[in-house]
Amino acid sequence: MNRAAQVAREDVLAFINAATASTGQREFASTAAAQTLSVDFLHEYVLGNYRDLYAATLALDVNDHNAALIMANLLGVPHDNPARREVEGRLIAARLATMPPQRVYRLFTRLQKAGVNNSRARAIIRNWVYARPAIALDAIKYRRGLTAAARHAHLRLPDEIGMVLFDWKRPNRYTTPLLETWRRAHYDRSAITDLPYTVAEGFAARRGLKRETLLTKVQLTKAERLRLAGAAKRAGVTLETDLGTQPLTRLATYVLSLERSERGKRLEELTTALRASANRAAGVHRGTWGRVVTVGDDSYSSYGSGTKRRRPLAVALAVHYLAEALASEHHGLWLSHQGDPLLVHPQGATPLGRRLLDGLALAPDRLLIVSDGWDNDPPGGASEVLRVWRQRLDPQQNTKIVHLNPVYDPDTYLVRPLAPHLSGVPSVGIRDGQDAVTLVEIARFVTGEASFDDLVVYLDSQVARALGRAMEQEEL
Amino acid sequence: MTKDEVFLVDLSGLLAAPAQTWGAVRLVPLLREAPVGGLRLHPRLYGPNSLSIVGVGPRKAYISYIPHGLVATWSRDGEPSVTAGTQLLAANQAPTELFQIAFRKRMARQLAPNQVRFLPLHLAMEGFLSLGFSGPPTRWPEWSRRAFQDGLSPRIEHSWSGKELGLDDALRVFEIHPGQCGVVVYFGDVLAAAFVVPHADHYRLLHPSLVENFFGSELIHHAAHANVGDLVAHLDDDADPATDLADLGRRLEVATEQWRDLHTLMAGGLLDVPFHSETVYRMGRFTLNRFHPDFDLTGENHIGEAITDETGQLAYLSTYRLSLPQTKRCYLLSVLAENDWHLDNTAAALNTDRNSLVRRLDNAGFGYLLKPDILAIARRPLD
Repeated sequence: MNRAAQVAREDVLAFINAATASTGQREFASTAAAQTLSVDFLHEYVLGNYRDLYAATLALDVNDHNAALIMANLLGVPHDNPARREVEGRLIAARLATMPPQRVYRLFTRLQKAGVNNSRARAIIRNWVYARPAIALDAIKYRRGLTAAARHAHLRLPDEIGMVLFDWKRPNRYTTPLLETWRRAHYDRSAITDLPYTVAEGFAARRGLKRETLLTKVQLTKAERLRLAGAAKRAGVTLETDLGTQPLTRLATYVLSLERSERGKRLEELTTALRASANRAAGVHRGTWGRVVTVGDDSYSSYGSGTKRRRPLAVALAVHYLAEALASEHHGLWLSHQGDPLLVHPQGATPLGRRLLDGLALAPDRLLIVSDGWDNDPPGGASEVLRVWRQRLDPQQNTKIVHLNPVYDPDTYLVRPLAPHLSGVPSVGIRDGQDAVTLVEIARFVTGEASFDDLVVYLDSQVARALGRAMEQEEL
Repeated sequence: MTKDEVFLVDLSGLLAAPAQTWGAVRLVPLLREAPVGGLRLHPRLYGPNSLSIVGVGPRKAYISYIPHGLVATWSRDGEPSVTAGTQLLAANQAPTELFQIAFRKRMARQLAPNQVRFLPLHLAMEGFLSLGFSGPPTRWPEWSRRAFQDGLSPRIEHSWSGKELGLDDALRVFEIHPGQCGVVVYFGDVLAAAFVVPHADHYRLLHPSLVENFFGSELIHHAAHANVGDLVAHLDDDADPATDLADLGRRLEVATEQWRDLHTLMAGGLLDVPFHSETVYRMGRFTLNRFHPDFDLTGENHIGEAITDETGQLAYLSTYRLSLPQTKRCYLLSVLAENDWHLDNTAAALNTDRNSLVRRLDNAGFGYLLKPDILAIARRPLD
């Protein structure tokens, strides 16, 4: 492989890892500002040097925060090749379709603030908004975002929607029922609970409606039910939550938010839910991974930060259950925790080297490590164990080892690797535990087994897959 | 108070674990296999904006910013001490907005029959400042009137808070080991302080308060160093390859052991030096004492305070590394004291002449102790 291709491969992979793991929020060992500054630089660098690959990363599991940033950057600087421009446009549309609406509206507001108003950007905004299933709901739930989009892209919206956005007090009544409820809620307390929760919450605070009243009467989405379960309990309201249908990592975060005593009491219920969610995430790959050992990092640093509370630990827990679903035989190890994985707690130092030895002694087909890479007991213990294992004890690579890292290190522009100078133990960024299946595919590019051209081919195939899926949905 | 017993910092019973680094700060955790029973420590916070004036003797006061005191409670029969957290809230005082001057009685003060409050590090610092505090005992003609009247008062030393040295971030990202009862702090691989408590729960409670400790002014230069970096041990090489997993595990254990030796090597300035100690308080089978070294201009100089039990086992330790100017001042004072503050004798003891000694005293900030004409002669430029 020539040097330029190698550099290109490393640059693009560093970007993919960063865009998957970093959300611009505070982490255990770095501030939000440092995270944002560092990732923004990577965006600019990759956009400037590898524009087509930059666009193609939209088809991967980069997180929504970075996907929005990629789209804003692509729309801000139009491509000079019309054919590529069209592919970019379709990629953006495909990714927008899967993104949560509040993030999309934030992206539109961002475009407005940056003064990006080319015809492609306007068309993308228009197509997305016109395809919204319930525009009246958006008009009250994402009022600011939709206002910004409408103003920026000159949208033609139904009369009453325009009225709500720009001059809501004018009509005496609205014919759309939801909008009429919303209008009445400004004056009438009884109308508040008929609104979606996030909208009702503001009115309730303004009009002194008690939280328990609101929570018992209002309609909640699935995610809101999970998020509000703790608050509802404190207010004396029991919310029905269907845990098994929640996405795996969100469920893991919820479980870790509970007191350990409560987790102990609800052990069976929570474990069943996590297993159900993991089975769903594993899909067709279920039971195909052979003997798997996971080593989860439950050191103090897996607490994350006040803004990403217990996120690294939640990812490790999610991967634990996912691996259980993927494997024919699974062993889950933690650094200091013993007993049921559900009771895991961020505490203590990181004796990763010792735990890796325990894991390798089980002679697995695959070893998954979920850790932020701060290996400190002894420092570099894990990297040495992995080096000796790869170089002396398992040179044929019978055991596939992948390190999944939920934390981006802004100083090095990398997710902190466990074995930096060793091919054969790739470190990959991860945001959601359920992405582990696809991330393991990317891992082979990190190890250097596959060349830059292979990476380009892989990205193209992912783009084709994403666009194909989008086409199918359109036809339906 | 008993003066001048010999004291050795003996860390037996405490095991060093691999260090954790952050920037220029290296923190070496110290673990205990079994906690010291019968003694518990908990912090008593004072207002963040208050200046404390501590009465330390008749017409003598120690004035400093003191963010917290420590309350030691002991039981006579050595029953295991309980977690201190339960008492923390009661001991807390609401922080006040206004800048206050607080008056405190004595460095170590009895609160209840088996409870004593002491001001960590300030206890040692006060002992250090009071060395030679009363001035010349004999009326040699060279010393100024002020030297006889007021002694060295006011005796002032400056220190830096841990926050200025980047210790706050290092402590925040530090991962506390299970069973950890102490820590040794290095800035740019220069030993700055050691801290030991009786029980792991106490350590967990007091860990954040370490940032309130103060450090000698030199350390700010060491703290400005770039990253000190982790020391990684190689587990095998081509000459001596690992044969299997069990062998690799053994090598990892050996590497951890080597860490301990390395740490003992790095902390030599504290561990291999005999200190002069002074007993401050006896509490049951425990003794609170403060210590200082023979001031040595070429090596490290630490002062500190310790609580030991009747067998000499270390229950509590907190140390402060003197900066070179501080050591020089103390060295001069101690040589002066040995020679009864006689200038010529002292100069002879230091292998120098009278004028050089006067210049040294002047540079060390003790010029005000000498008569102006003596100073003027010494300050005259050399031909």
